[in-house]
Amino acid sequence: MAKVFIYPATSLILSDMVTRFGHKPLGSAIAIRERVQTPGLESPPLQITPEEPKKGLAWAAVEVPAGVRGRMSLYGPMVEECDAAIIINNADLAFGCMGCARTNELVKFLLRQKKMPRLELEYPKNEAEGVQFVAAIKKFLTEIGGKK
Amino acid sequence: MTEYKPAYPGTVTRYVVVESYTVTPADVAIRAYEVAKGVMIKENCFGLIVMGKEEDVDRVIAEVRKMDPTHIFVKDRGFPPGDARRCRATLGGARPGFHGIEFEMGILPYISNGLEKTENLDLSAVPAPAQAAPERRLDVYTLKKMIDAQEP
Repeated sequence: MAKVFIYPATSLILSDMVTRFGHKPLGSAIAIRERVQTPGLESPPLQITPEEPKKGLAWAAVEVPAGVRGRMSLYGPMVEECDAAIIINNADLAFGCMGCARTNELVKFLLRQKKMPRLELEYPKNEAEGVQFVAAIKKFLTEIGGKK
Repeated sequence: MTEYKPAYPGTVTRYVVVESYTVTPADVAIRAYEVAKGVMIKENCFGLIVMGKEEDVDRVIAEVRKMDPTHIFVKDRGFPPGDARRCRATLGGARPGFHGIEFEMGILPYISNGLEKTENLDLSAVPAPAQAAPERRLDVYTLKKMIDAQEP
């Protein structure tokens, strides 16, 4: 079972398909759950503390806004931990503020830099593309050692 | 600052999203309650939120998935069900993550169809999905032209 980073990190489709074909998806929920379930000082809504932008310095320089570094403290460890990645390009779902946009660019950059199996595609727009989309993901996940 | 004690440490929460024309979220909820055994289940408009020990949650999900395997989808959630920081009952309006699920719900019929068609299919016979053309960035000359075209 490989750990597969999914982008968009909140994607229901990718999370489901990675689990369905026998791997572990790494997305936002995993990182948020870790923070929500750790005792400490109350910092609602996401339990992101002033410590997070400091941790984010491992992936982004000090002059990068704290918002990007804070987000990187969620995604950075998962990018390092993952064995493979599936990226959906031009996903409307990943739209967000400038902090999200820059973090998304940095996450995609780090995933492309890492030497590991990577699949890049787009959301399907019709049934034929849907079949190709599922077949591509199924093939990719089988090749890295998942269920047939 | 207030001390923070997590409400349900050591548990996992997962969404079960139902996009089926034969099974409704209510049917899935009834089946989930039948096999719950200590797992917390919350029914909502698009499916369920299931929370408990990881192995128990996986057991319940495996059971409800059998109802319509290609039309029931699952994803992780960070917060427990009904958490005041996320629940729309306390915040008002749609829960922040709902818009993402709503967007992907429109694509789920294509995915379900794809899962059905690829079940017994030779994957090497299916062509790879077409890649979009590389993003065309606005070049400086076009930008200058646009600025010059502005009304004074």
